[in-house]
Amino acid sequence: MERPIRVLVAKPGLDGHDRGAKVIARALRDAGMEVIYTGLQQTPQMIVEAALQEDVDCIGLSILSGAHMTLLPKITTMLRENDGADILVVAGGIISDEDALALRNDHGIAGIFGPGSSTHAIIDFIREHVQRSSVEG
Amino acid sequence: MELVAKARAGNRRALARLITLVEAGDAQAQTALAALYPYTGNAHIVGVTGAPGTGKSTLVTQLALHWRSLGRTVAVLAVDPTSPFSGGAILGDRIRMQSLGGDSGCYIRSMASRGSLGGLSRATGDAVKVLDAAGFDIVIVETVGAGQAEVEIAREAHSVVVVEVPGMGDDIQAIKAGILEIADVFVVNKADREGVERTVRQLQMMLHLGSGEHRDGWEPPIVQTVSNTGKNIAEAAAAVERHFEHLKSNNLLELRERERIEREWKMIMRERLLRQLLQRLEPQQYEHLLNQMAERQLDPYAAAKQAIETVLELS
Repeated sequence: MERPIRVLVAKPGLDGHDRGAKVIARALRDAGMEVIYTGLQQTPQMIVEAALQEDVDCIGLSILSGAHMTLLPKITTMLRENDGADILVVAGGIISDEDALALRNDHGIAGIFGPGSSTHAIIDFIREHVQRSSVEG
Repeated sequence: MELVAKARAGNRRALARLITLVEAGDAQAQTALAALYPYTGNAHIVGVTGAPGTGKSTLVTQLALHWRSLGRTVAVLAVDPTSPFSGGAILGDRIRMQSLGGDSGCYIRSMASRGSLGGLSRATGDAVKVLDAAGFDIVIVETVGAGQAEVEIAREAHSVVVVEVPGMGDDIQAIKAGILEIADVFVVNKADREGVERTVRQLQMMLHLGSGEHRDGWEPPIVQTVSNTGKNIAEAAAAVERHFEHLKSNNLLELRERERIEREWKMIMRERLLRQLLQRLEPQQYEHLLNQMAERQLDPYAAAKQAIETVLELS
């Protein structure tokens, strides 16, 4: 039996709006994924630590505070430093096209989903891009 | 196996990988478990179970913080149910466990129940072995005490903590739930709420309704806690430790372990025998027996007998 895709859904930074993150968590669960939901106000350290402990295939970040250019690159850098570069990172929230381009090209955020994105598009993207690396010693 | 050596040396990524691997339960998992097994048998396994909303995750966090403050390493395995419809799960226990972050002496892993009763206890049992072999002093397994599968998992622990809160139905509900018998320590959480005396009284009464003989000569203590504020957490932790000492000093630990290992062994043999049996049964005969049962020409007991006899004669 194929094991389910494991996704960490987290909200970095200080904004308190987690409805979007919860909708995504629910949609991913309904698509058969195991979603580890960590809640609000997560630091990059907390997110990376949780992702590594939980051995997730993907991290979904929801950010509405405007601090995405600071926080998101920190997370991907820390992942690289901690042997977690194979984890797919996607983000959602209020992110301008210009920033989205930079995050994708320079900071290892594989997919960015702004307001109005369909949950199907997000699910398909994760399924397509996640690296189901066979576990090796 | 390199992954095992790395995990034992403190590499958290390797540890996380190993758990993913044993959870999958394939041939690779068996290689890993074989390499791990000699290092198991040292951790104190603590099961924590109770109805949803009783504050289990917060209590587990506080217990872990307490044991960490005493210099003991702690791993938490938080089990949540898988949706029977989509096969997915939302695992939210970490939300309450944030204060355990940033500490290399603490490891938290969320686990989804993924289907069957037998499958869940195998997967959690194997994940516990990984954490035990990785050298954690205490492994806490947290499950929702809502179904037989979860209760079974908690039962596999050395010390079982059952969490109750004031105002959750009458005493008969507690008997019905069937989790009273498995408790080594009762925690009445949210003890700052109204009705706590009544809940404690009911538990005491329940404990004395039985034959008067307690399992293993241990009378489960009742500890009142307020997990949010940390009130009486040290007492709850001490009760759990006293229970473990009780098991050790009366040679009960060895006995419990033997029984647990025996159950596990039999379960594995049962699974394997069934698989082998099904492999050796001709597909036509399999279909034929199934059809006969569906048409009520053959009962399941007779069909099982036929299938087993056919295979045994062939081999």
